[in-house]
Amino acid sequence: MTEALATKPQVSTARLSSWALLLNNRLAAAGLVILGIICLLAILAPLLPIPNPNATNPPNRLQPVFSDGHWLGTDHLGRDILARLIWGTRVSIAVGLSATAIAALVGSLIGLVAGYARGRVDNLLMRGIDMLMAFPYILLALAIVAVLGPSLINALYAIAVVNIPFFARNVRGVTVGLANREFVDAARLSGKSHTAILFTEVLPNVAPVIVITMSTTVGWMILETAGLSFLGLGAQPPQADLGSMLGEGRRLLFNAPHVSIIPGLMIFALVMSINLLGDGVRDVLDPRLRAGDLTRPRSVTNIKRDTIPPKTMQSSDILVVDQLETSFQRGRATIPAVNKVSFSLKKGECMGLIGESGSGKSVTALSLLGLVASPPGVITHGGVYIDGEEVLSKTEHGLRALRGAKVAYVFQDPLTTLHPLFRVGDQIAEAILAHQPLSRDAAHSRAIELMEQVGIRDAKERVSAYPHEMSGGQRQRIGIAMALANDPDIIIADEPTTALDVTVQAKILDLLQDLRRERGLALLLITHDFGVVAQVCDKVAVMKDGEIVESGETKTLLKNPQHSYTKKLIACVPELGQGKAFLETVRPLFAEAKP
Amino acid sequence: MTGYIIKRLLSAIPVIIGLSIIVFAIMALIPGDPALAILGSYATPENVARINRDLGLDRPLYEQYFVWITNLLQGDFGRSFILNRPVIDEIMDRFGATLILAGTSLVLCSIFGILAGVVSAVRQFGWTDRIVTFFVLIGISTPSFWLGLLFILIFAVQWRVLPASGMYSVYGGGDLPDLLRHLVLPSITLAIVATGVIARLTRAAMLEVLRQDFVRTARAKGLAERKVIYKHAFKAAFVSIIPVIGIQAGFVMGGAVYIETVFQWPGIGAMLVNAISTRDILLVQGGVLVVAVSYVLLNLLADVAQALLDPRLKS
Amino acid sequence: MSANAIVVKDLVKTFGGKRTLFGGTSHAVHAVRGVSFDLKQNETLAIVGESGSGKSTIARMLVGLETPTSGTMEIGGEDAAALRAKGSRIFGRMVQYVFQDPVASLNPRKTINDILDIPLKLLREYPREKRQARKRELLDAVQMPADTLERYPHEFSGGQAQRIAIARALAAEAKIMVLDEPVSALDVSVQAQVLLLLDDLKREFDLSYLFISHDLAVVESVSDRVAVMYLGEMVELDTAAKLFHSPSHDYTRELIASAPRLESAAS
Repeated sequence: MTEALATKPQVSTARLSSWALLLNNRLAAAGLVILGIICLLAILAPLLPIPNPNATNPPNRLQPVFSDGHWLGTDHLGRDILARLIWGTRVSIAVGLSATAIAALVGSLIGLVAGYARGRVDNLLMRGIDMLMAFPYILLALAIVAVLGPSLINALYAIAVVNIPFFARNVRGVTVGLANREFVDAARLSGKSHTAILFTEVLPNVAPVIVITMSTTVGWMILETAGLSFLGLGAQPPQADLGSMLGEGRRLLFNAPHVSIIPGLMIFALVMSINLLGDGVRDVLDPRLRAGDLTRPRSVTNIKRDTIPPKTMQSSDILVVDQLETSFQRGRATIPAVNKVSFSLKKGECMGLIGESGSGKSVTALSLLGLVASPPGVITHGGVYIDGEEVLSKTEHGLRALRGAKVAYVFQDPLTTLHPLFRVGDQIAEAILAHQPLSRDAAHSRAIELMEQVGIRDAKERVSAYPHEMSGGQRQRIGIAMALANDPDIIIADEPTTALDVTVQAKILDLLQDLRRERGLALLLITHDFGVVAQVCDKVAVMKDGEIVESGETKTLLKNPQHSYTKKLIACVPELGQGKAFLETVRPLFAEAKP
Repeated sequence: MTGYIIKRLLSAIPVIIGLSIIVFAIMALIPGDPALAILGSYATPENVARINRDLGLDRPLYEQYFVWITNLLQGDFGRSFILNRPVIDEIMDRFGATLILAGTSLVLCSIFGILAGVVSAVRQFGWTDRIVTFFVLIGISTPSFWLGLLFILIFAVQWRVLPASGMYSVYGGGDLPDLLRHLVLPSITLAIVATGVIARLTRAAMLEVLRQDFVRTARAKGLAERKVIYKHAFKAAFVSIIPVIGIQAGFVMGGAVYIETVFQWPGIGAMLVNAISTRDILLVQGGVLVVAVSYVLLNLLADVAQALLDPRLKS
Repeated sequence: MSANAIVVKDLVKTFGGKRTLFGGTSHAVHAVRGVSFDLKQNETLAIVGESGSGKSTIARMLVGLETPTSGTMEIGGEDAAALRAKGSRIFGRMVQYVFQDPVASLNPRKTINDILDIPLKLLREYPREKRQARKRELLDAVQMPADTLERYPHEFSGGQAQRIAIARALAAEAKIMVLDEPVSALDVSVQAQVLLLLDDLKREFDLSYLFISHDLAVVESVSDRVAVMYLGEMVELDTAAKLFHSPSHDYTRELIASAPRLESAAS
């Protein structure tokens, strides 16, 4: 625990890196620059050497682009288009920002209160929001303008109102999640009032969502106010925003297209730059995007080994793992997760791979058939031999022929590892069909047989159930049936009982044990629980920080651990029957940790 | 399943009642004498008296609402004094045109949006992804009314390959090919923004799903990558895209207001814009209500479709 | 003060089951069905059960995060309903709570200083200087260095975060602690350390613990008495020694038989 304390908090650099990240994104930086220039022009409009945008000069009307004194020509009243463009942009930006501010303020407030209060208040507020959402987007704005009468300020209100639901919904969604979090309960128990919790505990966590929503909606709002003005329902002459310029120019489309094309181009440039920047902001603020979690994992882990181990190896073992090394790439850094791990497994043997969180045990298990998500995973060294053949040198196709056939996996949480939209029987049948030339019907009846073998009652009926219609224990039985589908030689079970209650865990472990004996399966069991290892494994390897620190026969290792880490770990497992003596036996282990 | 559909249908009733109240409130909120506002320059004393009697304006608001809604249910939307014909007739004439335009656009944006999104997710960070992402960004940043004008300039004025406006040719035409030729530009213009939004959300949904544990399970079974992506991942992503398409239907119906104006398409959107300019409030009221109710029904359809695909939603 | 820290009588909690708009009733979940027990001064009473047994619901009712459907609770000799009527702050001074997921129980956007400050300010109403001094004492008590204060929760491991959460609970100076699966999110070595810490604190501050857990071995190592919950009912309540050696209820026996053991190796 001291290593975590060694790193100093780096708040200022974290903030800086947000900016740096934003500017690193080339598109976002380009958006920022364009938006900056447009805003600067708009702000400086009164100081720029441009003609009065409203000064008419009919004899000089409809001058083309690049004409003398009028870079962008003149409109049907002889007014300078450049001047009108800059002043119009000013109006459009101001309206867009005000509408965003109003929508964000009102919408976020509704979302916060609804999400935090839940119950009736939530129902009432959100039904109201649903009403607003039940109108097609711009139609409600039209209706509001119809009531208030056409004018720019009314268009602003209308656009703000129709955008309130986006803020309310997004903010409510996040708030509901946060309101159920323990830290909100904890603040309540620390004596904070509901209002204080809402604004000092919840709001800071919601703020990024509000900013993201603002950055994605401000572009629309500018677009839509321009649209209302274009229809003649927003800015009224002589006041002009980009939309009304476009609307006026539309009548001259065939004679003088530049009068309408130029303001349209400006709206496009403005909205595009905002959207580019908005995407950048979203990428920086969304922690998942930041961590690179939304990259698509490939079907096989990246393998970048300097030396490829020999294809065959003289060994009677069914599985041999030799000096395996798997790392994660985070930015430019490569963080090792599995470090030169070697072990082997005989036919019919059960080995436990045990370790605490972050010890690399699951990554080891997934590396064997290249199932580590990649990016960020990379296998950098070593080999995996199954029946004497090096697996990681195989092609994607060759690896796939092994997966689910000779080697099958059982994963931890069967609710997330089974596909929620397919019937369990189909999922088992699919595993069979992937490797065996059977008819659909044959695969289906085989699926029922398998379900019976793993102890599911009424298998004929349950075969058409969906995963969510089953209990946790039953789902894990389906996971096991799926693993057995092609009569594998090796099953790799990654924390197969961790998500289950003890009584269910005991039954699932019994099942695995029976199946193993019946079929002569080799079982690699990944777990953090010494009790589970003791119950089912012939031998065990203890992992710490990506390395195997000790391995051996389960009985010997548990009775007489050699490595200090294993000793400590085993001593820390409380056992039934030890009673309060347990605390006294572990106390000396941590005596030196005390100040 | 039937139970779910009935339940869902019933739940739409309060929404539609709410809509009708909001639309009714539009009338009630108009400052000044509603009869004068409705009639505008047609406000002769007889007309004012007739309107007041027609609408029962001498009675309390809730009674007025009931009178109004009862008339609506009997198909009586009132009379447009500008057009001098019943509102319902005008709406019926134009509703079909909007349905054709918006429907075509919705089909276009769903197909191309989902296709672009899936391809872009599968080829994440590749050139296809970059190109799609860039075009999506352009799509959602372009004012559709301006794009419509550009299309007219290019395809109708410069190249003269497609008609600039209307739904049928004035001389001859009137058949299906003629309609299709007129439909090309407005439906594409209308679909572009929605295509961008759907592509974006499809890409995000696919990437999200491809990270899920069940995709790893599918790979661990030894399934071909094609099956993993197009069967396992796509089905799960598609379920979350259906409501997005429902919402986009609203954007398409709303966006029709611009496109019908630009292309002089004889639909409800163009009618509404004219009605607002001429303060023809009864026509606005009727038009808004009809479009909003059809949108609600469409979303209902989306919900049912989603429940058909996702068994978890039924229970 | 009476000899009992907590007295619970016929406690019932039903979720849902309310009348709906169309006259039907929504699906009711009977989380807790008539549970009675008491927690003595300076005692550790454990409640064990599997998921859905209602053990966490009892804990949440005791600290006022849920309202019972019926039944009475007395905390420190006072009626809980009366306490709640006086405001949540008085409640917080009587009983505190430690959560299962320590990282989730700390607001990610606040420093530890801010987090520890809240109960000292709102529940104890200490002036500024006293609060600073208390915070250092509290961190000392849970064996965390003083520079913990300026940091954010994400900078700590699960075990460290749980120590901080315990410090926050101690800050209220309540004599009763409800510990809801306080070690189940932690690795075994860290789990042992936190159990030791809890044991030390109990003696040092004269505390009474209600210890909720699903892990029988952990429960046996810390508790004086143990209650077993099954589907919302308390099926057995006895001293730890008696319950583990001669369980009287079938479900208790099954639980004990299911627990994995180290000596079962090579069976």
